[in-house]
Amino acid sequence: MRKQRWNGPVWLGFPFSLLAFMSYSLVFARFPVTRNVPWVNFLLFGISAALLFLGFRRILRDVQSFPGKTVGSIVIFLSASIFCIFCYVIFHATKQLPGSIGAPKIGQKAPQFALRDTQENSVSLATLLSTPLDQSNPSQRDPKGVLLIFYRGYW
Amino acid sequence: MAFNGLGIRLVAISVDAPEVSAELCRKAGYSYAFLSDPNAEVIRRYDLVHPGGGVNGQDIARPAEFLLDSSGVVRWVNLTEDFRVRATPEEMFKAAKALH
Repeated sequence: MRKQRWNGPVWLGFPFSLLAFMSYSLVFARFPVTRNVPWVNFLLFGISAALLFLGFRRILRDVQSFPGKTVGSIVIFLSASIFCIFCYVIFHATKQLPGSIGAPKIGQKAPQFALRDTQENSVSLATLLSTPLDQSNPSQRDPKGVLLIFYRGYW
Repeated sequence: MAFNGLGIRLVAISVDAPEVSAELCRKAGYSYAFLSDPNAEVIRRYDLVHPGGGVNGQDIARPAEFLLDSSGVVRWVNLTEDFRVRATPEEMFKAAKALH
């Protein structure tokens, strides 16, 4: 009977799929270039799939040296499930946004508001539109415009 | 900042408390205004509420960007269809330039 050997690719394939999944929210979602299209994560999933494929092929070709057909199948199933969940999040879950049909449109006046800033001062839209950007420079005129950026928060 | 040079004021709005935004500004080095709308009242007025979109199921804002001219009229708007994908600084800068 031949000596049983460690089937590295199968065991590495699974952590790679976990890494591919977790690294999106932990790292790559921070940068637009890897967030908008999560290509780094798909690359990692690709590496995971290649490792699992190579590992399972070894099992099929030489089951005496590389046993673990059942465990290998389970690992592949789990990795594939992680990939499916990732695709669900990326291609479906983050697109579930309200219609926002009442949001201000081009040509409409933006609704007034007054909110607290980081120093707890109340700031109104009218103030934002009329206060010079550089108050230390008296020659400066009012701002040409205001860019309102609504964001999700909870950073 | 480059937007200042164009005479455009940047204003960020979220449900985060002022101290949370202050911490964010300190860490990330943002120098523009961060406004707090903890009960999503203004966010609702702009019809931008993402119900239960927060990490603990709070109502939060969906990402959205509006460029207003000096009279407060919307001149450019970006409502993303996927909250992972937001307007890039380049897109916003282009819109700001076009306001001139």
